[in-house]
Amino acid sequence: MSNIKEAFKNGKAFIPFITCGDPDLETTKKAVIEAERNGADLIELGIPFSDPTAEGPVIQEANIRALKNGITTDDIFEFVKELRKVVKVPMVFMTYVNVVFSYGAEKFASKCKETGIDGIILPDLPFEEKGEFAEIMKANGVDLISLIAPTSEDRIEMIAKEAEGFIYVVSSLGVTGVRSEINTDIESMVTLIRRNTDIPCAVGFGISTPEQAKAMASVSDGAIVGSAIIKILAEYDTSAPQHIGKYVKKMKEAI
Amino acid sequence: MSDKKGRFGIHGGQYIPETLMNAVIELEREYNHYKEDKAFNEELKDLLNNYAGRPSLLYHAKKMSEDLGGAKIYLKREDLNHTGSHKINNVLGQALLAKKMGKTRLIAETGAGQHGVATATAAALMGMECVVFMGEEDTKRQALNVYRMKLLGADVVPVKTGTATLKDAVSEAMREWTTRISDTHYCLGSVMGPHPFPTMVRDFQSVISKEIKEEILNIEGRLPDAVVACVGGGSNAIGTFYNFIEDKGVRLIGCEAAGRGVETFETAATITTGSLGIFHGMKSYFCQDEYGQIAPVYSISAGLDYPGVGPEHANLHDTGRAEYVPITDDEAVNAFEYLSRTEGIIPAIESAHAIAYAIKEAPKMGKDQIMVVTVSGRGDKDCAAIARYRGEEIYE
Repeated sequence: MSNIKEAFKNGKAFIPFITCGDPDLETTKKAVIEAERNGADLIELGIPFSDPTAEGPVIQEANIRALKNGITTDDIFEFVKELRKVVKVPMVFMTYVNVVFSYGAEKFASKCKETGIDGIILPDLPFEEKGEFAEIMKANGVDLISLIAPTSEDRIEMIAKEAEGFIYVVSSLGVTGVRSEINTDIESMVTLIRRNTDIPCAVGFGISTPEQAKAMASVSDGAIVGSAIIKILAEYDTSAPQHIGKYVKKMKEAI
Repeated sequence: MSDKKGRFGIHGGQYIPETLMNAVIELEREYNHYKEDKAFNEELKDLLNNYAGRPSLLYHAKKMSEDLGGAKIYLKREDLNHTGSHKINNVLGQALLAKKMGKTRLIAETGAGQHGVATATAAALMGMECVVFMGEEDTKRQALNVYRMKLLGADVVPVKTGTATLKDAVSEAMREWTTRISDTHYCLGSVMGPHPFPTMVRDFQSVISKEIKEEILNIEGRLPDAVVACVGGGSNAIGTFYNFIEDKGVRLIGCEAAGRGVETFETAATITTGSLGIFHGMKSYFCQDEYGQIAPVYSISAGLDYPGVGPEHANLHDTGRAEYVPITDDEAVNAFEYLSRTEGIIPAIESAHAIAYAIKEAPKMGKDQIMVVTVSGRGDKDCAAIARYRGEEIYE
């Protein structure tokens, strides 16, 4: 059991996503600090992957920008170790299963524990395949976050019953990216999840405006925002952190 | 060969986003139903025989055998199939299945364009919508196939991300599938991706070895000593191997694309140079760095230019049942020209990798030995690129 539950004790949780090393780790550090100072309850840190199949164009490009600078998983663990000295809110990694598998799940999990990472989101690791990783993560106090999608239907019960940390409710079909409308009946999904578990549910994919965040958080326990933040980084580069701070403040206030 | 979760030894599995899980579960259920369905199988056989032109010939390459002075060489002529390659075997099966499942739209990735053309063809025949994802780099290398797909009524989407080749086309097709599932079937072109694709595609392609076995027993009264095929994802190779896996006396040889050489970074020889990983829905061998970042791969052949290999091949390698050998661009181009001049057969540059192995190895075998080489496709599509490789500009 990690500290993730603390993130949901301050009203509805606002969870920003930031790709490590986009455009450099110094900027990532400042962005995380600004996000926490302005009300972020949990930080999702992306470890870049060469072929992020669950991402839309915005986060794909962030991955490319970060990898171009030669950033590695080891660099990111070093970075998180330093970051942990100044950031108190829970932090989770979001990356692809090959990054963890290649590093070695044991070594990866123990480094998470050592550096203060509370959980991990692997969008290409579904329920059926989690066995190889789940026990190792658990033994190191790292929550393996489960995703539930609009197409999960009869799978919700099974996934929710074994979920840890929080449940990442995928708002829409498709990949990550800003959407003008979210039409999924999130409320029914969350109701079904809550029948099977009491861990919190946060909604992500497609959220960019305060109105959307408010709507999503009103039927769940929080909102996750990725692409909209990455867009700020793409636009303002190393001066993005202060803009991210303002954005996080606006979003947290809205929910 | 595979258990319930689609494992081949340690390889395979279903490493995909939750959004797609019910889609692959439904696909597995429907496939398991229809593969035992008599009417489905009769309909598929009719399409294979009367539309695609099966069975394909097993041709005794006399001149080539004499010239090389070793094993007796037979060519399995998948190049003579409708649309010009083995890809149609799998596509007709999947398109028919998709139709039975009520899907109205096919999406596909393509490298060389052969799978895209086959999918566009089946979609035209069955009145389905079709969208093909193709790396932008490949749309240039294989411009003729892009035109063929459009002519057949398909939309061709050039993929600009990553290395803009086959790997990126697969990623983009997967992204598209997560966006639109209810009316869409992802017609994956090789024995890769999440379960049930590696098993299902292998079953549809196993017609190749089923026929080779019948044909060679008819002609020679015995099994071959070796069967040879090129391997990218590995669909024509698994099709060529499958019905011989239990016949331990038959060597199974897969020819990987070494590009400019396995000692260079410009290679796509996954089994020779890769390591264990998890990508594109499966655990298998991949060209990647120590941190699991997928490597940009290279081969003159757009169809073999892929950083992974199907999980059943990975397992056949682990168990030692099949051998995988690298063939360079130079060797493949020489073989492309050799088969054209020696037998009057222009092979696809992919298939030329298997021919190149025969040129090297057949002379080391006895005259009483038999080698079957699968010519997975025809080489018309490659003529302009090979001319360029030889320093000659021609206009298509």
